[in-house]
Amino acid sequence: MIGIERLATLEVPGPTVTALTAPFWEAAREHRLLIQRCTACERPIFYPRACCPYCWADSPDWIEATGEATLDSWSVVSRPGHPGWRDAVPYTVALVRLAEGPVMLSQILGDPRSLRADMPLRVVWVQCAGTILPFFEPASAGVGAGPNSPR
Amino acid sequence: VTTPGSMAAIAGVGELRPVRDSGDRTTLEMITEVSRLAVADAGLEPAAIDGLLVGPMVGETPMHVPATVGEYLGMSLRFANVVDLGGASAIGMVWRAAAAIREGVCEAVLCVLANTLTETRPRSPNRNPIREFDVPFGASGANVNYAMIKQRHLSQWGSREEDFAEIVVRERDNAQRHPDSIFHGKPVSREEVLSSPMIASPLRLLEIVMPVAGGDAVVVIAADRIAPAAHGMVKVLGAAEQITHRALSQAPELTSGPLKPAIARALARAGCAAEDLDLLSLYDCYSVLVAITIEDIGLCPPGQFGAWMAEHDFGPDGDFPLNTHGGQLGFGQPDLAGGMTHIVEAVRQLRGDAAGRQIRDAGRALVTGNGATMGEATALVLGAA
Repeated sequence: MIGIERLATLEVPGPTVTALTAPFWEAAREHRLLIQRCTACERPIFYPRACCPYCWADSPDWIEATGEATLDSWSVVSRPGHPGWRDAVPYTVALVRLAEGPVMLSQILGDPRSLRADMPLRVVWVQCAGTILPFFEPASAGVGAGPNSPR
Repeated sequence: VTTPGSMAAIAGVGELRPVRDSGDRTTLEMITEVSRLAVADAGLEPAAIDGLLVGPMVGETPMHVPATVGEYLGMSLRFANVVDLGGASAIGMVWRAAAAIREGVCEAVLCVLANTLTETRPRSPNRNPIREFDVPFGASGANVNYAMIKQRHLSQWGSREEDFAEIVVRERDNAQRHPDSIFHGKPVSREEVLSSPMIASPLRLLEIVMPVAGGDAVVVIAADRIAPAAHGMVKVLGAAEQITHRALSQAPELTSGPLKPAIARALARAGCAAEDLDLLSLYDCYSVLVAITIEDIGLCPPGQFGAWMAEHDFGPDGDFPLNTHGGQLGFGQPDLAGGMTHIVEAVRQLRGDAAGRQIRDAGRALVTGNGATMGEATALVLGAA
Protein backbone atom coordinates (compact mmCIF):
# COMPACT_ATOMS: atom_id res chain seq x y z
CA MET A 1 0.00 0.00 0.00
CA ILE A 2 1.38 3.41 -0.92
CA GLY A 3 0.82 6.62 0.99
CA ILE A 4 -2.00 8.82 -0.17
CA GLU A 5 0.45 11.56 -1.11
CA ARG A 6 1.87 9.23 -3.79
CA LEU A 7 -1.54 8.68 -5.41
CA ALA A 8 -1.12 12.12 -6.96
CA THR A 9 1.92 10.85 -8.89
CA LEU A 10 0.19 7.81 -10.45
CA GLU A 11 -0.32 7.76 -14.20
CA VAL A 12 -3.90 6.50 -14.19
CA PRO A 13 -7.02 7.51 -16.14
CA GLY A 14 -9.13 10.29 -14.68
CA PRO A 15 -12.86 10.78 -15.20
CA THR A 16 -14.40 11.52 -18.61
CA VAL A 17 -16.30 14.58 -17.43
CA THR A 18 -19.36 15.68 -19.41
CA ALA A 19 -21.31 18.95 -19.20
CA LEU A 20 -24.00 17.12 -17.23
CA THR A 21 -21.61 15.58 -14.67
CA ALA A 22 -19.29 18.59 -14.35
CA PRO A 23 -20.96 19.91 -11.15
CA PHE A 24 -19.99 16.66 -9.35
CA TRP A 25 -16.32 17.01 -10.27
CA GLU A 26 -16.22 20.78 -9.62
CA ALA A 27 -17.67 20.22 -6.13
CA ALA A 28 -15.13 17.43 -5.52
CA ARG A 29 -12.36 19.99 -5.95
CA GLU A 30 -13.94 21.83 -2.99
CA HIS A 31 -14.25 18.55 -1.01
CA ARG A 32 -18.03 18.50 -1.35
CA LEU A 33 -19.78 15.24 -2.33
CA LEU A 34 -22.69 16.00 -4.65
CA ILE A 35 -25.39 13.55 -5.62
CA GLN A 36 -28.68 14.18 -7.40
CA ARG A 37 -32.24 14.16 -6.07
CA CYS A 38 -35.33 13.80 -8.20
CA THR A 39 -37.53 16.92 -8.20
CA ALA A 40 -40.67 14.76 -8.52
CA CYS A 41 -40.24 11.57 -6.47
CA GLU A 42 -37.42 13.04 -4.33
CA ARG A 43 -35.35 9.87 -4.43
CA PRO A 44 -31.58 10.40 -4.28
CA ILE A 45 -29.60 9.38 -7.39
CA PHE A 46 -25.98 8.40 -8.07
CA TYR A 47 -24.26 8.37 -10.61
CA PRO A 48 -25.54 11.61 -12.17
CA ARG A 49 -28.12 11.18 -14.92
CA ALA A 50 -30.18 13.28 -17.31
CA CYS A 51 -33.40 12.06 -15.72
CA CYS A 52 -34.53 10.20 -12.62
CA PRO A 53 -34.05 6.44 -13.14
CA TYR A 54 -37.07 5.69 -10.94
CA CYS A 55 -39.79 7.97 -12.38
CA TRP A 56 -38.08 9.55 -15.43
CA ALA A 57 -38.76 13.10 -14.24
CA ASP A 58 -36.53 15.62 -15.97
CA SER A 59 -33.39 17.32 -14.66
CA PRO A 60 -32.74 16.10 -11.12
CA ASP A 61 -31.43 18.65 -8.59
CA TRP A 62 -27.98 18.50 -7.03
CA ILE A 63 -27.75 18.01 -3.28
CA GLU A 64 -24.74 17.74 -1.00
CA ALA A 65 -24.30 14.32 0.61
CA THR A 66 -23.12 14.02 4.22
CA GLY A 67 -20.15 11.83 3.28
CA GLU A 68 -21.32 9.21 5.77
CA ALA A 69 -21.67 5.70 4.40
CA THR A 70 -21.56 1.97 5.15
CA LEU A 71 -19.54 -0.78 3.50
CA ASP A 72 -21.42 -3.13 1.16
CA SER A 73 -18.36 -5.02 -0.09
CA TRP A 74 -14.69 -4.65 -0.91
CA SER A 75 -11.72 -6.23 -2.66
CA VAL A 76 -8.01 -5.82 -2.04
CA VAL A 77 -6.56 -5.58 -5.55
CA SER A 78 -3.19 -7.22 -6.15
CA ARG A 79 -3.32 -7.37 -9.94
CA PRO A 80 -5.09 -4.29 -11.33
CA GLY A 81 -7.03 -4.25 -14.58
CA HIS A 82 -5.25 -1.06 -15.63
CA PRO A 83 -1.41 -1.04 -15.69
CA GLY A 84 -1.26 2.48 -14.26
CA TRP A 85 -2.49 1.12 -10.91
CA ARG A 86 0.34 -1.45 -10.54
CA ASP A 87 2.40 1.03 -8.56
CA ALA A 88 -0.38 1.33 -6.00
CA VAL A 89 -0.99 -2.33 -5.07
CA PRO A 90 -2.37 -3.55 -2.81
CA TYR A 91 -5.25 -1.11 -2.69
CA THR A 92 -8.86 -1.60 -1.59
CA VAL A 93 -11.76 -1.01 -3.97
CA ALA A 94 -15.18 -0.91 -2.33
CA LEU A 95 -18.90 -0.54 -2.85
CA VAL A 96 -19.97 2.18 -0.47
CA ARG A 97 -23.62 2.76 0.46
CA LEU A 98 -24.10 6.47 1.09
CA ALA A 99 -26.27 7.48 4.05
CA GLU A 100 -28.64 9.02 1.48
CA GLY A 101 -29.16 5.58 -0.15
CA PRO A 102 -27.26 5.31 -3.44
CA VAL A 103 -24.23 3.03 -3.77
CA MET A 104 -20.97 4.30 -5.26
CA LEU A 105 -17.73 2.57 -6.12
CA SER A 106 -14.70 4.02 -4.36
CA GLN A 107 -11.54 3.10 -2.49
CA ILE A 108 -11.02 2.54 1.23
CA LEU A 109 -7.91 3.87 2.96
CA GLY A 110 -6.27 2.03 5.86
CA ASP A 111 -5.70 -1.59 6.85
CA PRO A 112 -8.16 -3.84 4.96
CA ARG A 113 -7.93 -6.47 7.71
CA SER A 114 -10.09 -4.20 9.86
CA LEU A 115 -12.93 -4.12 7.33
CA ARG A 116 -16.31 -5.68 8.11
CA ALA A 117 -19.48 -5.69 6.02
CA ASP A 118 -21.86 -2.83 6.80
CA MET A 119 -19.34 -0.98 9.01
CA PRO A 120 -19.66 2.83 9.09
CA LEU A 121 -17.41 4.87 6.81
CA ARG A 122 -16.76 8.53 6.08
CA VAL A 123 -15.50 10.32 3.02
CA VAL A 124 -11.84 11.32 2.66
CA TRP A 125 -10.74 13.55 -0.22
CA VAL A 126 -7.67 12.35 -2.08
CA GLN A 127 -5.79 13.71 -5.05
CA CYS A 128 -5.31 10.84 -7.50
CA ALA A 129 -3.33 11.70 -10.63
CA GLY A 130 -4.84 15.09 -11.53
CA THR A 131 -8.27 14.58 -9.95
CA ILE A 132 -9.71 15.04 -6.46
CA LEU A 133 -11.62 11.82 -5.70
CA PRO A 134 -13.92 10.88 -2.82
CA PHE A 135 -12.32 7.90 -1.06
CA PHE A 136 -13.58 6.51 2.25
CA GLU A 137 -12.16 5.31 5.58
CA PRO A 138 -13.62 3.59 8.63
CA ALA A 139 -15.56 6.15 10.64
CA SER A 140 -13.61 5.07 13.74
CA ALA A 141 -10.20 5.71 12.12
CA GLY A 142 -7.66 7.95 13.83
CA VAL A 143 -9.36 10.10 16.45
CA GLY A 144 -8.95 13.73 15.43
CA ALA A 145 -7.61 12.85 12.01
CA GLY A 146 -8.78 15.44 9.54
CA PRO A 147 -10.12 14.48 6.14
CA ASN A 148 -6.74 14.91 4.49
CA SER A 149 -4.33 13.85 7.21
CA PRO A 150 -1.76 11.41 5.89
CA ARG A 151 -1.88 7.95 7.40
CA VAL B 1 -46.68 -11.92 -19.68
CA THR B 2 -48.48 -12.10 -22.98
CA THR B 3 -49.30 -15.50 -24.35
CA PRO B 4 -47.54 -16.71 -27.49
CA GLY B 5 -49.25 -15.45 -30.62
CA SER B 6 -49.94 -11.98 -29.22
CA MET B 7 -50.36 -9.34 -31.88
CA ALA B 8 -47.88 -6.47 -31.92
CA ALA B 9 -48.61 -2.80 -32.68
CA ILE B 10 -46.81 0.54 -32.45
CA ALA B 11 -48.29 2.42 -29.49
CA GLY B 12 -46.21 5.60 -29.32
CA VAL B 13 -43.52 7.62 -31.06
CA GLY B 14 -40.98 10.31 -30.14
CA GLU B 15 -38.70 12.53 -32.19
CA LEU B 16 -36.08 15.15 -31.44
CA ARG B 17 -35.83 18.29 -33.51
CA PRO B 18 -32.80 17.89 -35.79
CA VAL B 19 -29.86 20.19 -35.01
CA ARG B 20 -26.52 20.77 -36.73
CA ASP B 21 -24.67 20.80 -33.39
CA SER B 22 -25.67 18.88 -30.28
CA GLY B 23 -23.16 20.77 -28.13
CA ASP B 24 -22.10 19.13 -24.87
CA ARG B 25 -24.82 16.49 -24.82
CA THR B 26 -23.91 12.81 -24.82
CA THR B 27 -25.63 10.07 -26.79
CA LEU B 28 -27.10 8.69 -23.55
CA GLU B 29 -28.70 12.05 -22.84
CA MET B 30 -30.20 12.22 -26.33
CA ILE B 31 -31.56 8.68 -25.93
CA THR B 32 -33.07 9.66 -22.61
CA GLU B 33 -34.93 12.61 -24.06
CA VAL B 34 -36.43 10.84 -27.06
CA SER B 35 -37.30 7.75 -25.00
CA ARG B 36 -39.30 9.83 -22.53
CA LEU B 37 -41.20 11.37 -25.45
CA ALA B 38 -42.09 8.03 -27.00
CA VAL B 39 -43.10 6.33 -23.76
CA ALA B 40 -45.25 9.31 -22.80
CA ASP B 41 -46.84 9.28 -26.25
CA ALA B 42 -47.70 5.63 -25.72
CA GLY B 43 -49.40 6.56 -22.46
CA LEU B 44 -47.20 4.16 -20.53
CA GLU B 45 -45.35 4.39 -17.25
CA PRO B 46 -41.58 3.82 -17.63
CA ALA B 47 -41.87 0.63 -15.57
CA ALA B 48 -44.14 -0.83 -18.25
CA ILE B 49 -41.20 -1.02 -20.66
CA ASP B 50 -39.65 -4.49 -20.42
CA GLY B 51 -37.77 -4.66 -23.72
CA LEU B 52 -35.06 -2.47 -25.25
CA LEU B 53 -33.52 -2.35 -28.70
CA VAL B 54 -30.70 0.13 -29.29
CA GLY B 55 -28.12 0.92 -31.94
CA PRO B 56 -24.43 0.06 -31.62
CA MET B 57 -21.81 2.22 -29.87
CA VAL B 58 -24.41 4.03 -27.77
CA GLY B 59 -22.71 6.10 -25.09
CA GLU B 60 -19.57 5.67 -27.14
CA THR B 61 -18.75 2.31 -25.59
CA PRO B 62 -18.83 -0.71 -27.90
CA MET B 63 -19.81 -3.48 -25.47
CA HIS B 64 -22.69 -4.08 -23.06
CA VAL B 65 -24.67 -1.36 -24.81
CA PRO B 66 -28.21 -2.50 -23.91
CA ALA B 67 -27.31 -2.89 -20.23
CA THR B 68 -25.67 0.55 -20.22
CA VAL B 69 -28.78 2.22 -21.65
CA GLY B 70 -31.19 0.14 -19.57
CA GLU B 71 -29.33 0.95 -16.36
CA TYR B 72 -29.16 4.65 -17.22
CA LEU B 73 -32.95 4.72 -17.58
CA GLY B 74 -33.52 2.54 -14.50
CA MET B 75 -35.15 -0.25 -16.47
CA SER B 76 -35.42 -3.95 -15.63
CA LEU B 77 -35.58 -5.73 -18.97
CA ARG B 78 -36.83 -9.09 -20.19
CA PHE B 79 -35.37 -8.54 -23.65
CA ALA B 80 -32.49 -6.36 -24.83
CA ASN B 81 -30.29 -6.21 -27.88
CA VAL B 82 -28.26 -4.08 -30.24
CA VAL B 83 -29.60 -3.98 -33.77
CA ASP B 84 -26.72 -3.14 -36.07
CA LEU B 85 -28.09 -2.86 -39.60
CA GLY B 86 -27.22 0.68 -40.66
CA GLY B 87 -30.18 2.42 -42.24
CA ALA B 88 -32.22 -0.78 -41.96
CA SER B 89 -31.88 -0.83 -38.18
CA ALA B 90 -35.17 0.88 -37.33
CA ILE B 91 -37.32 -1.60 -39.25
CA GLY B 92 -35.08 -4.37 -37.95
CA MET B 93 -35.93 -3.23 -34.44
CA VAL B 94 -39.68 -3.17 -35.01
CA TRP B 95 -39.94 -6.72 -36.30
CA ARG B 96 -37.64 -8.06 -33.61
CA ALA B 97 -39.79 -6.35 -31.02
CA ALA B 98 -42.93 -7.83 -32.60
CA ALA B 99 -41.36 -11.28 -32.67
CA ALA B 100 -40.31 -11.06 -29.03
CA ILE B 101 -43.81 -9.95 -28.06
CA ARG B 102 -45.46 -12.74 -30.06
CA GLU B 103 -43.10 -15.21 -28.44
CA GLY B 104 -44.27 -14.06 -25.03
CA VAL B 105 -40.81 -12.92 -23.96
CA CYS B 106 -41.91 -9.37 -23.12
CA GLU B 107 -44.77 -6.92 -23.49
CA ALA B 108 -43.47 -3.44 -24.34
CA VAL B 109 -40.24 -2.86 -26.26
CA LEU B 110 -38.59 0.57 -26.51
CA CYS B 111 -36.78 0.85 -29.87
CA VAL B 112 -34.49 3.87 -29.77
CA LEU B 113 -31.77 5.41 -31.94
CA ALA B 114 -30.07 8.78 -31.34
CA ASN B 115 -26.77 10.40 -32.20
CA THR B 116 -24.70 13.44 -31.36
CA LEU B 117 -23.08 15.76 -33.90
CA THR B 118 -20.60 18.55 -33.28
CA GLU B 119 -18.86 20.74 -35.78
CA THR B 120 -16.58 22.42 -33.29
CA ARG B 121 -14.93 19.56 -31.43
CA PRO B 122 -14.17 15.88 -31.90
CA ARG B 123 -16.29 13.38 -30.04
CA SER B 124 -14.89 12.33 -26.69
CA PRO B 125 -14.00 8.65 -26.85
CA ASN B 126 -15.70 6.07 -24.68
CA ARG B 127 -17.92 8.22 -22.48
CA ASN B 128 -20.05 6.07 -20.18
CA PRO B 129 -20.78 5.86 -16.46
CA ILE B 130 -18.31 3.04 -15.70
CA ARG B 131 -15.51 4.89 -17.47
CA GLU B 132 -16.33 8.04 -15.50
CA PHE B 133 -17.24 6.71 -12.04
CA ASP B 134 -15.46 3.30 -11.69
CA VAL B 135 -12.24 3.40 -13.73
CA PRO B 136 -10.76 6.51 -12.01
CA PHE B 137 -10.99 4.61 -8.70
CA GLY B 138 -8.75 1.77 -9.92
CA ALA B 139 -11.63 -0.60 -10.71
CA SER B 140 -10.98 -1.60 -14.33
CA GLY B 141 -12.03 -5.04 -15.52
CA ALA B 142 -14.28 -7.83 -14.28
CA ASN B 143 -12.07 -9.42 -11.59
CA VAL B 144 -12.51 -6.73 -8.93
CA ASN B 145 -16.28 -6.71 -9.47
CA TYR B 146 -16.72 -10.47 -9.04
CA ALA B 147 -14.32 -10.26 -6.09
CA MET B 148 -16.74 -7.87 -4.39
CA ILE B 149 -19.65 -10.20 -5.20
CA LYS B 150 -17.75 -13.06 -3.53
CA GLN B 151 -16.76 -10.92 -0.55
CA ARG B 152 -20.39 -10.01 0.05
CA HIS B 153 -21.37 -13.69 -0.12
CA LEU B 154 -18.68 -14.52 2.46
CA SER B 155 -19.78 -11.64 4.70
CA GLN B 156 -23.52 -12.13 4.35
CA TRP B 157 -23.74 -15.90 4.61
CA GLY B 158 -20.54 -16.92 6.33
CA SER B 159 -19.79 -19.13 3.34
CA ARG B 160 -16.46 -20.94 3.28
CA GLU B 161 -13.46 -20.47 0.98
CA GLU B 162 -13.13 -24.28 0.83
CA ASP B 163 -16.54 -24.56 -0.80
CA PHE B 164 -15.70 -22.04 -3.53
CA ALA B 165 -12.46 -23.96 -4.17
CA GLU B 166 -14.45 -27.20 -4.37
CA ILE B 167 -16.38 -25.80 -7.35
CA VAL B 168 -13.10 -25.36 -9.24
CA VAL B 169 -11.90 -28.84 -8.25
CA ARG B 170 -15.09 -30.50 -9.52
CA GLU B 171 -15.13 -28.60 -12.82
CA ARG B 172 -11.49 -29.55 -13.38
CA ASP B 173 -12.38 -33.16 -12.61
CA ASN B 174 -15.04 -33.05 -15.32
CA ALA B 175 -12.56 -31.46 -17.74
CA GLN B 176 -10.40 -34.61 -17.42
CA ARG B 177 -13.10 -36.41 -19.43
CA HIS B 178 -13.05 -33.83 -22.24
CA PRO B 179 -9.86 -34.21 -24.30
CA ASP B 180 -10.19 -30.73 -25.84
CA SER B 181 -10.32 -28.88 -22.52
CA ILE B 182 -7.42 -26.53 -21.80
CA PHE B 183 -6.88 -28.24 -18.43
CA HIS B 184 -7.11 -31.82 -19.73
CA GLY B 185 -4.50 -33.85 -17.91
CA LYS B 186 -4.30 -31.21 -15.21
CA PRO B 187 -6.64 -31.95 -12.31
CA VAL B 188 -6.31 -29.62 -9.34
CA SER B 189 -6.67 -30.09 -5.59
CA ARG B 190 -8.55 -27.90 -3.18
CA GLU B 191 -5.25 -26.95 -1.54
CA GLU B 192 -3.82 -25.87 -4.91
CA VAL B 193 -6.82 -23.61 -5.52
CA LEU B 194 -6.57 -22.11 -2.05
CA SER B 195 -2.85 -21.47 -2.38
CA SER B 196 -2.99 -19.96 -5.88
CA PRO B 197 -2.08 -16.26 -6.06
CA MET B 198 -4.62 -13.73 -4.84
CA ILE B 199 -5.66 -11.54 -7.79
CA ALA B 200 -8.32 -9.37 -6.17
CA SER B 201 -9.30 -10.63 -2.74
CA PRO B 202 -11.09 -12.90 -2.07
CA LEU B 203 -10.70 -14.21 -5.66
CA ARG B 204 -7.66 -16.38 -6.34
CA LEU B 205 -6.12 -17.13 -9.72
CA LEU B 206 -7.63 -20.61 -10.09
CA GLU B 207 -11.15 -19.30 -9.37
CA ILE B 208 -10.93 -17.20 -12.55
CA VAL B 209 -11.33 -18.55 -16.08
CA MET B 210 -8.30 -19.03 -18.29
CA PRO B 211 -8.58 -16.88 -21.46
CA VAL B 212 -8.13 -18.95 -24.63
CA ALA B 213 -8.66 -18.52 -28.36
CA GLY B 214 -11.52 -20.59 -29.74
CA GLY B 215 -14.97 -20.47 -31.20
CA ASP B 216 -18.43 -22.03 -31.01
CA ALA B 217 -21.49 -21.94 -33.25
CA VAL B 218 -24.97 -23.41 -33.33
CA VAL B 219 -27.57 -23.57 -36.11
CA VAL B 220 -31.21 -23.04 -35.24
CA ILE B 221 -33.80 -24.32 -37.70
CA ALA B 222 -37.54 -24.30 -38.15
CA ALA B 223 -38.18 -27.79 -36.84
CA ASP B 224 -41.34 -28.33 -38.87
CA ARG B 225 -39.82 -27.25 -42.19
CA ILE B 226 -36.27 -28.58 -42.34
CA ALA B 227 -35.41 -32.24 -41.96
CA PRO B 228 -32.92 -32.97 -39.18
CA ALA B 229 -29.59 -34.70 -39.72
CA ALA B 230 -29.16 -38.32 -38.71
CA HIS B 231 -28.25 -37.44 -35.11
CA GLY B 232 -31.58 -35.65 -34.74
CA MET B 233 -32.08 -32.29 -33.13
CA VAL B 234 -32.40 -30.80 -29.70
CA LYS B 235 -35.57 -28.94 -28.86
CA VAL B 236 -35.65 -25.40 -27.52
CA LEU B 237 -38.15 -25.86 -24.70
CA GLY B 238 -37.91 -22.45 -23.08
CA ALA B 239 -35.81 -19.31 -22.85
CA ALA B 240 -35.77 -16.11 -20.82
CA GLU B 241 -33.63 -13.03 -20.37
CA GLN B 242 -33.27 -10.41 -17.63
CA ILE B 243 -31.06 -7.32 -17.64
CA THR B 244 -30.77 -5.21 -14.49
CA HIS B 245 -27.53 -3.23 -14.56
CA ARG B 246 -24.09 -2.68 -16.07
CA ALA B 247 -22.07 -1.22 -13.16
CA LEU B 248 -21.90 -3.26 -9.96
CA SER B 249 -22.74 -0.14 -7.90
CA GLN B 250 -26.19 -0.25 -9.53
CA ALA B 251 -26.88 -3.94 -8.79
CA PRO B 252 -30.15 -4.52 -6.91
CA GLU B 253 -28.36 -7.26 -4.93
CA LEU B 254 -24.83 -8.67 -4.77
CA THR B 255 -25.58 -12.27 -3.74
CA SER B 256 -28.44 -12.99 -6.15
CA GLY B 257 -28.82 -11.83 -9.72
CA PRO B 258 -31.14 -11.50 -12.70
CA LEU B 259 -30.34 -15.17 -13.38
CA LYS B 260 -32.91 -16.00 -10.72
CA PRO B 261 -36.02 -14.67 -12.55
CA ALA B 262 -34.60 -15.65 -15.96
CA ILE B 263 -34.10 -19.27 -14.87
CA ALA B 264 -37.54 -19.39 -13.26
CA ARG B 265 -39.26 -18.13 -16.41
CA ALA B 266 -37.29 -20.42 -18.74
CA LEU B 267 -38.17 -23.45 -16.61
CA ALA B 268 -41.83 -22.40 -16.46
CA ARG B 269 -41.90 -21.93 -20.22
CA ALA B 270 -40.43 -25.43 -20.63
CA GLY B 271 -42.94 -26.79 -18.15
CA CYS B 272 -40.34 -28.40 -15.93
CA ALA B 273 -38.79 -28.02 -12.50
CA ALA B 274 -35.13 -27.86 -11.51
CA GLU B 275 -35.39 -31.44 -10.25
CA ASP B 276 -36.36 -32.62 -13.76
CA LEU B 277 -33.04 -31.52 -15.27
CA ASP B 278 -30.40 -34.06 -16.28
CA LEU B 279 -27.65 -31.48 -16.89
CA LEU B 280 -26.86 -28.09 -15.40
CA SER B 281 -24.67 -26.25 -17.93
CA LEU B 282 -24.03 -23.14 -15.87
CA TYR B 283 -22.04 -20.09 -16.94
CA ASP B 284 -18.95 -19.98 -14.74
CA CYS B 285 -16.61 -17.05 -15.35
CA TYR B 286 -15.71 -17.27 -11.65
CA SER B 287 -16.24 -19.80 -8.86
CA VAL B 288 -18.68 -17.47 -7.13
CA LEU B 289 -21.03 -17.31 -10.11
CA VAL B 290 -21.60 -21.08 -9.96
CA ALA B 291 -22.38 -20.81 -6.25
CA ILE B 292 -24.87 -17.99 -6.77
CA THR B 293 -26.45 -19.73 -9.77
CA ILE B 294 -27.03 -22.92 -7.75
CA GLU B 295 -28.77 -20.76 -5.14
CA ASP B 296 -30.69 -18.73 -7.75
CA ILE B 297 -32.00 -21.92 -9.39
CA GLY B 298 -33.46 -22.70 -5.98
CA LEU B 299 -31.61 -25.98 -5.45
CA CYS B 300 -30.81 -24.80 -1.92
CA PRO B 301 -31.54 -21.77 0.28
CA PRO B 302 -29.42 -18.63 -0.27
CA GLY B 303 -25.96 -19.02 1.23
CA GLN B 304 -26.20 -22.82 1.44
CA PHE B 305 -24.47 -23.90 -1.78
CA GLY B 306 -21.56 -25.45 0.14
CA ALA B 307 -23.74 -27.74 2.22
CA TRP B 308 -25.79 -28.60 -0.88
CA MET B 309 -22.69 -29.47 -2.89
CA ALA B 310 -21.50 -31.82 -0.19
CA GLU B 311 -24.65 -33.89 -0.75
CA HIS B 312 -24.38 -34.06 -4.54
CA ASP B 313 -22.06 -35.24 -7.29
CA PHE B 314 -21.39 -33.06 -10.38
CA GLY B 315 -19.87 -35.80 -12.56
CA PRO B 316 -21.59 -37.30 -15.62
CA ASP B 317 -22.49 -40.33 -13.51
CA GLY B 318 -23.52 -38.24 -10.52
CA ASP B 319 -26.95 -37.21 -9.32
CA PHE B 320 -26.51 -33.58 -10.51
CA PRO B 321 -24.23 -33.49 -13.56
CA LEU B 322 -22.94 -29.90 -13.74
CA ASN B 323 -20.69 -28.51 -16.46
CA THR B 324 -19.69 -31.91 -17.77
CA HIS B 325 -17.35 -30.29 -20.33
CA GLY B 326 -15.41 -28.80 -17.43
CA GLY B 327 -17.21 -25.50 -17.59
CA GLN B 328 -15.20 -22.51 -18.67
CA LEU B 329 -13.14 -22.95 -15.49
CA GLY B 330 -11.96 -26.30 -16.85
CA PHE B 331 -12.44 -25.97 -20.60
CA GLY B 332 -11.10 -22.42 -20.97
CA GLN B 333 -12.89 -19.19 -21.92
CA PRO B 334 -12.71 -18.34 -25.64
CA ASP B 335 -13.99 -14.83 -25.00
CA LEU B 336 -17.68 -14.42 -25.94
CA ALA B 337 -17.75 -17.96 -27.34
CA GLY B 338 -17.19 -19.21 -23.79
CA GLY B 339 -20.88 -18.86 -23.09
CA MET B 340 -21.68 -20.96 -26.13
CA THR B 341 -19.53 -23.85 -24.90
CA HIS B 342 -22.31 -24.47 -22.37
CA ILE B 343 -24.87 -24.81 -25.19
CA VAL B 344 -22.65 -27.07 -27.31
CA GLU B 345 -22.07 -29.39 -24.37
CA ALA B 346 -25.79 -29.54 -23.60
CA VAL B 347 -26.57 -30.43 -27.23
CA ARG B 348 -23.92 -33.17 -27.23
CA GLN B 349 -25.29 -34.65 -24.01
CA LEU B 350 -28.91 -34.54 -25.21
CA ARG B 351 -27.97 -36.17 -28.54
CA GLY B 352 -25.98 -38.87 -26.76
CA ASP B 353 -22.76 -37.67 -28.42
CA ALA B 354 -20.72 -36.90 -25.31
CA ALA B 355 -18.29 -39.75 -25.69
CA GLY B 356 -16.42 -40.62 -22.51
CA ARG B 357 -18.60 -38.38 -20.35
CA GLN B 358 -22.13 -39.24 -21.50
CA ILE B 359 -24.93 -38.76 -19.00
CA ARG B 360 -27.24 -41.77 -19.12
CA ASP B 361 -30.68 -41.02 -20.62
CA ALA B 362 -30.09 -37.26 -20.71
CA GLY B 363 -33.47 -35.68 -21.46
CA ARG B 364 -33.38 -32.06 -20.34
CA ALA B 365 -30.64 -29.48 -19.77
CA LEU B 366 -30.59 -26.00 -18.28
CA VAL B 367 -28.04 -23.65 -19.85
CA THR B 368 -27.28 -20.23 -18.36
CA GLY B 369 -25.47 -17.17 -19.65
CA ASN B 370 -24.17 -14.17 -17.73
CA GLY B 371 -22.71 -10.84 -18.74
CA ALA B 372 -21.25 -7.63 -17.36
CA THR B 373 -21.23 -7.54 -13.53
CA MET B 374 -23.90 -10.22 -13.04
CA GLY B 375 -26.37 -7.79 -14.64
CA GLU B 376 -27.12 -9.49 -17.97
CA ALA B 377 -28.70 -12.95 -17.62
CA THR B 378 -30.05 -15.55 -20.04
CA ALA B 379 -31.46 -19.02 -19.43
CA LEU B 380 -32.28 -21.76 -21.91
CA VAL B 381 -33.94 -25.15 -21.43
CA LEU B 382 -33.11 -27.76 -24.07
CA GLY B 383 -34.70 -31.16 -24.51
CA ALA B 384 -33.76 -34.37 -26.31
CA ALA B 385 -35.96 -34.97 -29.36
